[in-house]
Amino acid sequence: MTAALAIGAVALASASGVLGAALRRRPALGQRLSCAVLCTASALGIAAAVPALAGGGGFEIRQAWQEPFASLSLRLDPLSALFLIPVLAVPALGSIYGVAYWPQEKLGARAVRLQIFYGLVTGAMAMVVLADNAMLFLFGWEVMAVCAFLLVLSDPDRADAQRAAWVYLAAAHVGTFALFGFFSVVGSARGSFDFAAWQGLPAAGAAGGGLFALLLVGFGLKAGLVPLHFWLPGAHAAAPSHVSAVMSGVLLKTGIYGLLRTTGFFEAPPLAWGMVLLALGAVSAALGVGLALAQHDLKRLLAYHSVENIGIITMGVGIALVGRARGEPALVLLGFAGAALHVVNHALFKSLLFFGAGSVLHATGTRDIERLGGLAKVMPWTASLFLVGAAAISGLPPLNGFVSEWLVVLGSLRALDLPRADRAAFAVLAAPTLALVGALAAACFVKVQGVVFLGNPRSDDVARARESPREMLLPMAVLAAACLAIGLAPGLLLPSLTRGAASWAGLSTDALAAPASAAGASATGVSLGAAVLLAALGLLVVLRRRLGLLRGTAPRSDTWGCGYAHPSARMEYTASSFAQILVQGFRFALLPRVELQPPRGLFPGFARFATSVPDAVLDLAILPAVRAYGVAAGWVRGRLAGRIHFYAVLVLATLVALLAWRLLWW
Amino acid sequence: MLLRAFFQLGLLLLLPPLLLGVVNRVKAVLAGRQGPPVLQAYYDLAKLLRKGAVYSRTTTWVFRAGPAIGLAAVATAGMLLPVAGEPAVASFAGDFVLFAYLLALARFFTALAALDTGSSFEGMGAAREVSFASMAEPALFLCFVVLARATGALSLSGMLGPALAPAWRQASPALLLAAISLFVVTLAENARIPVDDPSTHLELTMIHEVMVLDHSGPDLAFILYGASMKLFLFGALFVRLVLGFRFDSVWAAEAVFVGGLLAFAALVGLTESVMARLRLTRVPQMLVGASVLSVFALVLLLR
Repeated sequence: MTAALAIGAVALASASGVLGAALRRRPALGQRLSCAVLCTASALGIAAAVPALAGGGGFEIRQAWQEPFASLSLRLDPLSALFLIPVLAVPALGSIYGVAYWPQEKLGARAVRLQIFYGLVTGAMAMVVLADNAMLFLFGWEVMAVCAFLLVLSDPDRADAQRAAWVYLAAAHVGTFALFGFFSVVGSARGSFDFAAWQGLPAAGAAGGGLFALLLVGFGLKAGLVPLHFWLPGAHAAAPSHVSAVMSGVLLKTGIYGLLRTTGFFEAPPLAWGMVLLALGAVSAALGVGLALAQHDLKRLLAYHSVENIGIITMGVGIALVGRARGEPALVLLGFAGAALHVVNHALFKSLLFFGAGSVLHATGTRDIERLGGLAKVMPWTASLFLVGAAAISGLPPLNGFVSEWLVVLGSLRALDLPRADRAAFAVLAAPTLALVGALAAACFVKVQGVVFLGNPRSDDVARARESPREMLLPMAVLAAACLAIGLAPGLLLPSLTRGAASWAGLSTDALAAPASAAGASATGVSLGAAVLLAALGLLVVLRRRLGLLRGTAPRSDTWGCGYAHPSARMEYTASSFAQILVQGFRFALLPRVELQPPRGLFPGFARFATSVPDAVLDLAILPAVRAYGVAAGWVRGRLAGRIHFYAVLVLATLVALLAWRLLWW
Repeated sequence: MLLRAFFQLGLLLLLPPLLLGVVNRVKAVLAGRQGPPVLQAYYDLAKLLRKGAVYSRTTTWVFRAGPAIGLAAVATAGMLLPVAGEPAVASFAGDFVLFAYLLALARFFTALAALDTGSSFEGMGAAREVSFASMAEPALFLCFVVLARATGALSLSGMLGPALAPAWRQASPALLLAAISLFVVTLAENARIPVDDPSTHLELTMIHEVMVLDHSGPDLAFILYGASMKLFLFGALFVRLVLGFRFDSVWAAEAVFVGGLLAFAALVGLTESVMARLRLTRVPQMLVGASVLSVFALVLLLR
């Protein structure tokens, strides 16, 4: 029954875009129907996943397939179910959003194409988390990558979209190549490509380390771990906003899923794996939020925050691996629960934020936050819902982001229980790192919310803005409500997360029972704190009313300009000035560029000042290297072109070298 | 038990404005002035609560909600605070994370309310506040981690409870470093000299005060009260950490605690009197220095 539901969900989701293409004469109906089909598919899939999380109802299917090494094997266990829910829910909400954001009536063929690939990418992601065979997994993985490439190219004429899409395609295939390496090595060693046959892989030694490195490259590129994040900001900024929401909210998470699924195969992963993931996660989180602070492009900024959140998730996975290496169930449970819950949470609030960014873009036509301001007055709903997302991603209580970050911090503190002089105890440094990252994220979202929605408009773009239609607000409201619900009652999710941790680490749920009940007691404390907070807030609001501060009756005046009578919007604080202290403080990592032409002479003429923060990896390492390679290749081509005798010499030299190697050393 | 809980709640709600009075009185005496009465902050609060408020035309609901959310968050954090080594009203493993993030919530909305006015001065204050806070936060967490390792507890009530006295005997160097670091964080988080000058008159140099320029009436009272409560929270942490003895009688412990808090306020006043404000570019260095001290403490405990 659950199997039928899950397969139905994959099939319906993949085919959902076809209706839009079939009903080209009636574009509005076609788009609404394909949206309805995608929502139905999502509901079916979630109906299959929920019982699996609740402790029963998983399934396993094996069918032969004529492709070499492949079999049609699907499996739904708690780990898959945890990922299946966001993977289906976010695209469904995004398709509702897309009805107003990317209407087929206006955009015609482009919207039809988007709809087809949007459905297909959803189906492919669901396939990836359900696959129980390496070839089937790679099939879904490849469909997912190509569809995402085509989705980034939804506006095929824009130069930034073209560039971002090609960088993404190249990065995705380097990652797939690493996965091919991993799967073929393990598959040939085990004689089967079914995941079921891969349990208990040895992790020790150089061979294990090599396999882990392949996993890091393959899944790290997809997830966007620093330094493999370089494709991410461009691609997520260039795609239409509901596609960005899917890419940032859930598509990245397939990389985390892969990392969790494959590390689950290994028996006793060594301590180094966990520590490496912790370090990589910490660097990703800190650098991601730092680069986000320095951005002025709203969607690029949100994309860098995905790097940050992937870092937090990876730190959780690292803590869980440290726990497995040291046989500490508390670390396994808290690290895994924090990581998995953050996967869900990030899917919720990041899609909420991308929908909000899309609404702003839709209303004003610009993504440059320096040109915005005061939007809360014309778009009150969008502003308030975006604020919920901003507070959630900053890890503030009583919202969901706090809960998962708190679980990861708690997990890292459990490393203190390890005996003295155990290196693994340094995992506790994850806690202050998360504090730094959380505070920087809060700083960044004060900037975004304050500069985009509050204050006075900074340009005329804002003047024509209108509140978004209901189709765009509804998905945002659903996501915001989910953020609040998880923040208020995290304890309800712990049993499911415990089942996920047990199925991942190969432990019985009994082994995790003690830490799970401790975590449950603490989660009750968090709920209590959230309740007290809301009650105190309610009391203060009532008190304000009683003191006569009623809405609209208080006298209004201008903002105090410190004595200056005519402040204008041009004098407002900008996003770059807001971030300046932190960008300067972290300039050793962010490498900001400053262009300065100061005013000179008694009657200064032209003066100019501009700052920007390039991507440290793409703009400062990869592109210069690729360019240098191109120049070198061009030089060689210029020297050698057309001289056939020189080619013959090269061939001979190669042959002699190979012969020498064969005879002397082989 | 219930009586003691009410006593703790009473301390949390009634004592904070007194600390501000003590700080100001110490500063006045050291400067050779007479200074305002010790109870001045209570009078100010009473006056502000009776007044009406004026709102800027630029502002939205965020500006009106900011002070209430800030005060609610700080008061909720107070619920997690153990007073005088006795367990807090609510206590659970990892509650210090909630404590720190509730203070972050208050800061988030105070800064947003500042940006809501559209004033560049208030924007400047908000930028400084969030920037310095992001450097103070790791230092604070490191202090908690040191305490957790030294006492083996993961809740504030556990860290600052009976386990603290033996921890001082075994790991006094580490705890001393952590206490110094906590004091620096306290000065930064509460906008005191050398980070910020609460009595400055130049908007350009302010941090916390400039963020609340446009608030008036009861909203300003909420802010003032919230700020004094935050000083109380950090003072309570610091006092209990430094005076981490074991007491036979609960009431003796409470008496020492209140005396310690007043001494803490006097110490803050003394620091303000003998130091000049640091240049803004120096503040991050001081906060990073505090983090480094705590890392040393942690290394002492982990090696």
